[in-house]
Order: sequence, then C-alpha cells, then structure tokens
Amino acid sequence: MDAKIKNKIKKVKELCKNIRTDILRMSYKAKTAHLASSLSCVEIIATIFDQFLNIKKNYINNENRNRFILSKGHAASTLYSVLYRKKILSKNKLNSFCKTGSLLEEHPSPKIKGIECATGSLGHGMSIGCGMALGYKIKNNNSKVYVVISDGECNEGCVWESALFASAKKLSNLTVIIDYNKWQATERSEKVLSIYPLDKKFFHFGWEVIVLDGHNIKSLINALRKKTKNNKPKLILAHTIKGKGVKFMEDDNNWHYKSPNQHELNKAIIGINSI
Amino acid sequence: MRNAFAKKITELAKTNKKIILLSGDIGNKLFDDFKKNCKNQFYNCGVAENNMVGVAAGLSKLGFIPFVYTITPFLVSRSFEQIKLDICYPNLPVNIVGTGAGLSYARLGATHHSLDDISLMKSIPNMRVLCPGDSIEVEQLVSGVIKSKKPTYIRLGKKGEPTINPINKLIKIDKINVIKEGGKILIVSIGNMLGVASEINQILEKQRKLSTLISFHTFEEGSLKEFKNLINKFKIIIFLEEHFYEGSISNYLINTFGSELRNKKIVHTNIKKDFYCGLGEQDQARKKLEISASQIIKKI
Repeated sequence: MDAKIKNKIKKVKELCKNIRTDILRMSYKAKTAHLASSLSCVEIIATIFDQFLNIKKNYINNENRNRFILSKGHAASTLYSVLYRKKILSKNKLNSFCKTGSLLEEHPSPKIKGIECATGSLGHGMSIGCGMALGYKIKNNNSKVYVVISDGECNEGCVWESALFASAKKLSNLTVIIDYNKWQATERSEKVLSIYPLDKKFFHFGWEVIVLDGHNIKSLINALRKKTKNNKPKLILAHTIKGKGVKFMEDDNNWHYKSPNQHELNKAIIGINSI
Repeated sequence: MRNAFAKKITELAKTNKKIILLSGDIGNKLFDDFKKNCKNQFYNCGVAENNMVGVAAGLSKLGFIPFVYTITPFLVSRSFEQIKLDICYPNLPVNIVGTGAGLSYARLGATHHSLDDISLMKSIPNMRVLCPGDSIEVEQLVSGVIKSKKPTYIRLGKKGEPTINPINKLIKIDKINVIKEGGKILIVSIGNMLGVASEINQILEKQRKLSTLISFHTFEEGSLKEFKNLINKFKIIIFLEEHFYEGSISNYLINTFGSELRNKKIVHTNIKKDFYCGLGEQDQARKKLEISASQIIKKI
C-alpha cells in the first residue's frame, strides 16, 4: 500500500474515533436512542466527508457542491459529529444536541446549515438524491451525490421507486450506500420483510453493485472512487455491525433504544481509544 | 385549464431553462410541444409519484424550478408526506400541479375525485394554494409562481372549462380577482366553479338583481385581508367551491370572518364527505350534489 493511501486511511480512522467518542457522549448526555444505528455507519460517513465531498471554505453555500444525504435520519448524531469535525457546525451547536431550543434534534432538520433535507421518516433521501443527481446531469456538472440508507429502510416502497428512476435516467453520479447492519428497530431485518438479497435486487434494477466490509476504509475509498460502466448508478452494499466499535454494544439490538450510563460511557470510550 | 397550463409552461420554459417539468406518466400529447422545444427539461417519472416529488425537491435544491404534474389525488394524498417534508419543511419553491379539480373526473370514480385536496394542501406550513378559475387565471398565475419563490399547489380543472375572464385581464397571485361589480350580492368563486359562478351572476342579472363576482384564487394572507375589507357592503354572500365543505376555503372564510358575516345571508356549496359513486359526468355530478347554478339560485 503506498504511503499516500496509508495516510488517508489513518486520517479517516482518527476521524472515526472522534465521531464515536462524540456520539457516545451525545447519547449519554441527552439520553437519546439510536446509538447503535449511529455507530454502524461511522466509517461510511467519515470516509465520504473526509475523502469525497471536497469541503472547503464556503462549502455549504456552493450550489454545485458534492452532496451528502443521510437518509437514515435516526443516525443524526453521526452526521452532527462529522459536520462539527469538518468545521461546518460549531462546538457550541454540537453541545446543544437535543437541548430545548436547539435545532439539533434526534433527526436532522433542513434548517441546520449543512443538512440537505429532512430525514427521519424513512425512504425520502434517495429520491431527493436522484433529483440532485439529475440536476447535475442537466447542468453538465461533474459533482456527485452520496446517499446513506439503512437495510431496514429498504422496507419503504419509495426506495424501490427511486431505484427504478436512477437506473432509467442513467444517474451515474449517484452513489447509494446501504448500512447493512442486519437489524431494524425490533427484529433482524431478514425476518421482517423479504428484502434480501439486496445486492441482486439492485443489480437487476440496473445498478452497479459493490459488496464490501463497511468498516474497512480502504475498501470504502476504492468503491467510492470507482466509476461505473454504462452510466449506471452505484450501490454499495456495506456489511456493517450495529453498535460497531463498542464491544458490549456490537450486534446487540437493545442498543437501538438504550443510551449508556456513566460507567458504560467510560468503558466504551476506553475501548475506542485502545483500538 | 390543462391546455392553458401546457401552453404557458412551454412558453416560459423556452426562455427559462431552469424550469423542469416532471410528469407521472400522464399528459399524452399534451406536452408534445414542450418536449420538442425544451428537450432537457421534461422527465416522465413513471407511475411513481412519491419518488417524483422527492426528485423535484432535489432539483429545486440545485436552483431549478420544478413543476410536478399528474392527476391530483395521486399527488396530494398519495405523496402528502413527500410534499410536506421534502418541499414545504425546507420551504423549496416547487410547484405541485394537480389536474382534475373537484369533480372534473367525476365519471372516473372516487379514486380520481379531488374533493379533499385543498384541505390537505392548506394544512401544510409554507404551502401556498392556488385555485385558478379559468384558462386566463391559469396562465397568469403560472407566470406569477416563477417570480415568487414558494412551495405552491396549483389546482387545475380539466379541459374545456368556460373562459370567464377577458383575455387581457391582469391577475396577480394573492390578489382577489374582481370579475364583475355591483349590487348587494357577492359571489365568491373558488377554483373551477367559476363557470357556475358566472351562470349565477347572469341568472341574477336577468332577475334584475345585480351581483359582484370574484374569483378567490389564492389562499394566502393578502387575499384574506382583502376579503375581510370587501365583505362589509354585501347582504348576501354565496360561496362556490367544488370540494368537501369540511376543510374547504369557503368553510375557512365563513369561520374566520364569522363576526363580519353576522347578519348577512350565507349560501355555500355543501358537499358532504363521502366516496361518491355513479355521479356521471361533471355536469350531472354537480346536479346530484346540488351545486349547479339553478340549484344554488334557489337557496338565495
């Protein structure tokens, strides 16, 4: 591996550690749910923000910026943290998470600078992403659109409407990443609805599909960089672990709703820093 | 109204490349001229309305001016949440254009009736509701929405409605359109009832009773204020609206200006909530629901 890539991976890894620490503290302080759902997509979101959005001064006011949508809005804390780490949100704003009067609630609001749309009701982000990708095609602009959805979110019919739309309109500038943590709110995703096999479904909907380990930054960078053939939109099926990074939370769906106590927080942060 | 919309949007899109027309697989032939003249501005989004509304939101974020067009219920009730969260919450200037106001598609069955759309759309914060009464109003209101950037619902009828306004009439968003003035009777037409309203106006004229006819086409602050100032001088007020009475603009006006309307005789179309079947064509449907001109006249 050349030194350049190694450095990039190191940088994203460091960002992931910071995000995990932030979101654990946020959940502890505000007693908020969805911690495990926020932990499973940390590498995905950190890699996109650090390597693919070209965040420079005035990024959020540039109409032709690379766009990011967190369609699984319940992982808002991960988004708030990365926006803070990328200097789009202030520390004060981040610290206001879920306090009365704060715009930073448990699901992202479009009233927050740096947030593209309201998510939290599932199945909205992909369509909005399709509109943005179509807009860039019309403008002949090379900017890209990234949308993160959850596997549970694939229960929503609108995900499949937009999957049909994106391939029909040849939106090769659109990348959708499924945070495939195999759980939804109350059960294993495979037990709730027949959404599997997700890779084959998207392939037959006309997408170029890449399956990878969603916690492997190198794989994520390579997949996000890859250009698709025949103007196909790109679907990255990222195998992840719900609660990733905190041993006692990993793959334990109780942490979909639970927030940590002081002891659990300390233990979790020690674990993150020892990796 | 449909043809007037197609004509106007084509004319506007030829010079304004930001206008994008999204259709839910309808408008066969209606948009041929648009497609020919504005190639990269028309997208058939298929029978997938929820996605279509989200797509419009995304386009709007990039500075485009989207018009989303399909049969009303498939937009306003089916895609209600997309309209609410993707468009109105971030306050994006997207235009939701529903065709088939009220009983325009009476014979197509209750699935295609549009008797709850105003109620739904005006319940959303930031949403502006436009109910043009004829082709002239359609054309001018469509021009207007491009300049005033707000989420907007445009309630179109079908084709072949009578044109009541003179061709060169100046119609502005959020200004009540006064079509005829005189007398102590005020006829308030909301949307596609303008033809019936005009008939009533003429029947009254034959009975030597003068009346004022207005088209209340915009449900917004300015029009509401104007309405409040206007009603004082009338003794009888007739509200005409092809919509369930509950949730209608008429109902809103009657409730809001209750004290101003005290001591005046109020007549209003009173369509009860129901899934109507067997209504026939729009004219027969109006008779069945007792909102035709001759039936309204009897209530005055």
